[in-house]
Amino acid sequence: MTDTTVERHAFSDALAVAGGGLVALVGAMIAIKTTDMAMAFHGVVLALAGILAALYIVTHAFGAKGLQLTDANGYTDGPIRVAVVAAVFWGIAGFLVGDIIAWQLAFPALNLDLPWTTFGRLRPLHTSAVIFAFGGNVLIATSFYVVQRTSQASLLGRYMPYFVVWGFNVFIAIAGTGYLLGITQGKEYAEPEWYADLWLTIVWVVYLLVFLGTVMKRKEPHIYVANWFYLAFIVTVAMLHLVNNATIPVSIFEPKSYIVFAGVQDAMTQWWYGHNAVGFFLTAGFLGIMYYFVPKRVERPVYSYRLSIIHFWTLIFLYIWAGPHHLHYTALPDWAQTLGMTFSIMLWMPSWGGMINGLMTLSGAWDKLRTDPVVRLLAVSVAFYGMSTFEGPLMSIKAVNSLSHYTDWTIGHVHSGALGWVAMVSFGAIYCLVPWLWQRKALYSLKLVEWHFWISTLGILLYITAMWVSGILQGLMWRAYDKLGFLTYSFVETVEAMHPFYIIRAIGGGLFVLGSLIMAYNVWRTIRGDEPVDAKDQPRVAAAPELRPQAAE
Amino acid sequence: MTYDTVATFSQVASLLLFIAMFIGVIVYTFWPGNRQKFDEAQRKALDLDPQNKR
Repeated sequence: MTDTTVERHAFSDALAVAGGGLVALVGAMIAIKTTDMAMAFHGVVLALAGILAALYIVTHAFGAKGLQLTDANGYTDGPIRVAVVAAVFWGIAGFLVGDIIAWQLAFPALNLDLPWTTFGRLRPLHTSAVIFAFGGNVLIATSFYVVQRTSQASLLGRYMPYFVVWGFNVFIAIAGTGYLLGITQGKEYAEPEWYADLWLTIVWVVYLLVFLGTVMKRKEPHIYVANWFYLAFIVTVAMLHLVNNATIPVSIFEPKSYIVFAGVQDAMTQWWYGHNAVGFFLTAGFLGIMYYFVPKRVERPVYSYRLSIIHFWTLIFLYIWAGPHHLHYTALPDWAQTLGMTFSIMLWMPSWGGMINGLMTLSGAWDKLRTDPVVRLLAVSVAFYGMSTFEGPLMSIKAVNSLSHYTDWTIGHVHSGALGWVAMVSFGAIYCLVPWLWQRKALYSLKLVEWHFWISTLGILLYITAMWVSGILQGLMWRAYDKLGFLTYSFVETVEAMHPFYIIRAIGGGLFVLGSLIMAYNVWRTIRGDEPVDAKDQPRVAAAPELRPQAAE
Repeated sequence: MTYDTVATFSQVASLLLFIAMFIGVIVYTFWPGNRQKFDEAQRKALDLDPQNKR
């Protein structure tokens, strides 16, 4: 190491300690000044995070050796390992809370009659845990992995990538505990209050800087398509987050805030945000995973690179307009509703273009679907992507929406996308990443991946079929009139009719939780370095790149 | 300027803009000069790990 590198590292060490101190100070100020117990608790969380970070750096960075934050292969993989473990943890937590509230819907007494465990508080905990905590950590992990490999450059910054991962998880902890303690701004998928939003803004700006900075110092001339999807995801989520959370707090030491928009403008902003959280968080980012991990795992190039470019630009430009389909038959102007519907229908084409591109990457290697359950997870996820991006445009048509809206059909649709596409592609990526990141020659057990695949696929099928029947039944009962024009069914009769389907759904969700526990066990054994039980059945790409046998060419 | 004028103008303007952008994307994608760049990029994900370097 040259003197300037040593000096540069010492400078960033000192800066990081100061940053931790500042965070601790702000947290302590909030804890002392606020009158709200929950916000005081969040101040303590923030202060502890800052103190722990500063202490860790002080005790480790100023020794003789200093802190080694990059791996021997030249990449900054440390924060990725943290994010992978966090994703597995939050995944289980989020699926489990989801299953608990599914049982609550079937048997309401299970809310225990306590404020903290009511459906109203656990539901945002479930959605945020699966979308932002599980999905977010998967996206941060994979984006950091992919951008380094395809740029042939290590991540920008010494502490910034670590700040992104730990800072994001502190945000999750603050947001999640806030819901349980009753702090919410009441916007679906954007429930955290203003101070948590501010913290996420800081984290997200650093995320953007790290990602862009890594792309800018790339040694490869062309930016691989997966990075385009990741960048679109990071930039758009920043924009959505800032606009939809434009609130004015009642005091800088109190959690409550008021949104600056009123009436239908507020609703439109909310669903512009909400649908693009689906489009850019749950789709664009995960398509980045598809475009890297599917070719990588089956060792075949993307089916058509040109199709991927058209897929990218058309998806990006169409998705942003689809939000109004959440507000059919409301106070939103008719033309805006029609516009949302039209763009949703048009979205079918880029979505299926992407699906075909992902699936056809397996062309000539279809046998891997039989032999490698990780490939099967990835391929089935893309198939579910195709299915839910067909169902979505269908449901956005006003005539269909008049039946489906506010019913369980919507819940079924969301879960075929979330469990089938997002979670399955994430599982596939996690099974790829763990041996690659921990320098193992294979996964602990491919057989357990097989079990995970079948159990969770069965769970998803039970879930979505139950919700289809329940949703359409519910919709039809709501609109049934007798010959005098009176409603045929009272509301409670429709609730009663859904009971058996709620039980089937909760069983399906339980299977999905079980599958994720199997994954956690497999991941843990792999990380621990246990001898793989079926290494000979695994493809050579299961091993870390450094340990892989040469390709026979 | 009424609400209707603004709404109509923005609808027509964005229609033209989007069609222009779509044509732009198609032209960029199929431009003969870009072929080699895309063909190389297509193999990118596979070729960059240490054991595959040529």
